[in-house]
Amino acid sequence: MPADPEGKPPTVTPVRVVIALCLIAPFVAMLWVSSYAKVDPTFIGIPFFYWYQMLWVLISTALTVIAYKLWQRDQRARKGGASA
Amino acid sequence: MKDGVNGVALGVFIFFFLAVTVMGFLAARWRKAENDASLDEWGLGGRSFGTWVTWFLLGGDLYTAYTFVAVPAAIYAAGAAGFFAVPYTILVYPLIFTFLPRLWSVSHKHGYVTTSDFVRGRFGSKGLSLAVAVTGILATMPYIALQLVGIQAVLDVMGVGGGENTHWFIKDLPLLIAFAVLAAYTYSSGLRAPALIAFVKDGLIYLVIAVAIIYIPIKLGGFDDIFAKAGEAFSQTNPATGKPRGALAPGEAGQWGYATLALGSALALFMYPHSITATLSSRSRNVIRRNTTILPLYSLMLGLLALLGFMAIAAGIKVDNGQLAIPQLFENMFPDWFAGVAFAAIGIGALVPAAIMSIAAANLFTRNIYKDFLKPDATPEQETKVSKLVSLLVKVGALAFVLTMDKTVAINFQLLGGIWILQTMPALVGGLFTRWFHRWALLAGWAVGMAYGTVAAYGVASPTQAHFGGSSKEIPGIGEIGYIGLTAFVLNVVVTVVLTFVLNAVKAPVGIDETSPADYTADAGDPGVRAELPPATAGAPGGGH
Repeated sequence: MPADPEGKPPTVTPVRVVIALCLIAPFVAMLWVSSYAKVDPTFIGIPFFYWYQMLWVLISTALTVIAYKLWQRDQRARKGGASA
Repeated sequence: MKDGVNGVALGVFIFFFLAVTVMGFLAARWRKAENDASLDEWGLGGRSFGTWVTWFLLGGDLYTAYTFVAVPAAIYAAGAAGFFAVPYTILVYPLIFTFLPRLWSVSHKHGYVTTSDFVRGRFGSKGLSLAVAVTGILATMPYIALQLVGIQAVLDVMGVGGGENTHWFIKDLPLLIAFAVLAAYTYSSGLRAPALIAFVKDGLIYLVIAVAIIYIPIKLGGFDDIFAKAGEAFSQTNPATGKPRGALAPGEAGQWGYATLALGSALALFMYPHSITATLSSRSRNVIRRNTTILPLYSLMLGLLALLGFMAIAAGIKVDNGQLAIPQLFENMFPDWFAGVAFAAIGIGALVPAAIMSIAAANLFTRNIYKDFLKPDATPEQETKVSKLVSLLVKVGALAFVLTMDKTVAINFQLLGGIWILQTMPALVGGLFTRWFHRWALLAGWAVGMAYGTVAAYGVASPTQAHFGGSSKEIPGIGEIGYIGLTAFVLNVVVTVVLTFVLNAVKAPVGIDETSPADYTADAGDPGVRAELPPATAGAPGGGH
């Protein structure tokens, strides 16, 4: 991780890495089509292919909420200044 | 649709349509500011919308006849392949979360109303700004056309669309009337009309969806039965192609297409002028991020609506034009009065986005073509007048698409627009994060992407159409079938990067950048950030004279 030479807080921090992962995860899950292109197991009669992707709507929403909360905290900490 | 007019459904439909029209005209008075002749006022509703109104607005243009007619129709026709719309909308939110707050900040700092404004300010290039504007207007037309197709599908099923052998004018008359109403209230009320109507629209839609996804599966014997019947139907051989009609899960061959359609559509969505309009009209950059946490509600709806395509098959709906499948399903399943409510939901759900889209395209024309090239000294009144006129012209252009192109695969309208709009992404998103790209390289990359995309799409034939019959084609070098828009986009980026190296090496003039790094993170309340632009600034606040 590159440390900032000046006194400013570093651009890449663990919190920001988590935010990035939250935002990238849906891409990996959804673009990897072969991981979910199957009919079984079904859920209340709906093939896996469909309910799995709808489940991901909820998962990605949760991930975005986490990213949003972390980002807000990150920004407040930065505006507060002093401690990095 | 063959057995005459459904009077009750039509009556209910007309009732809602009239109610909404009255609202549209009254909307001009809602949260009114002092100067309604300014383009900001008409085109961005004064930029004062909070989280919930923004949510309705964004939802209003992200979820459209595309959701209610085109996607279920694609599922009805081919099964799993049509479901790509769900991962598409899942991927949209991380993208919005990352890119749009920066655009909000820089736009509110410099008074940008359109993406072209930003590109001109960032790269000091009127040529690039023009390219972005023209692309935005062009790409919006087929998207509006899709909305009109949705309205037409509903009218057809109600029996007022006319049969195959009616005179074309009678056949299209109801559509023309709906179109005229839309045009009239958009003209008089601007963005306020769709924002207010969006509340009615979403209320209706949630109601219809809730009823549809509970009532219809129960009537059809549960999802087990529905998917068993659908699976059976898809395994039948299609006489036109000699292959099975579709599948419940995509096979190996379809997976590249599925992924590239999802990714390409997601990247394209927030480049559209109307998505940007809705974003910029929010009150602060925080509103945008907060919105990405509640917008996915719409994605769930989309997924559930898509499943209606299977239900149509299970219910034994047989239509030649796939777009009619869902309206026909509603008519068969629901009592007449509720079918009318459902049709009104679809119809209004198409009208709202059509209005927002045409306003956004009109803003683009006025700001970045009319003012930059035709009449630099235009007054705010003249700007608003031109915008209103162009919003009409854009709709006429869309109408031309509807009346001349094949409507049986309406989802292609949207995918065609996506191919074009994606080519503005390197300039816009690239520009939001870095000034490294050279403006001429971006222009060259755009031209290559546009040319490849258009030619490739022109060359795709379908059983019903010789050209523009589809949006997927073999990806050169990979050999799999993929979305043309994404291929063109990759080509665009490669050209841009290579030429940027070359142009920077020969020290070609890079143009003036009027933004500074801090502009991209500024929020409401920071110095120099306009919460609501003063009326006079409709005349180029940030741009050169």
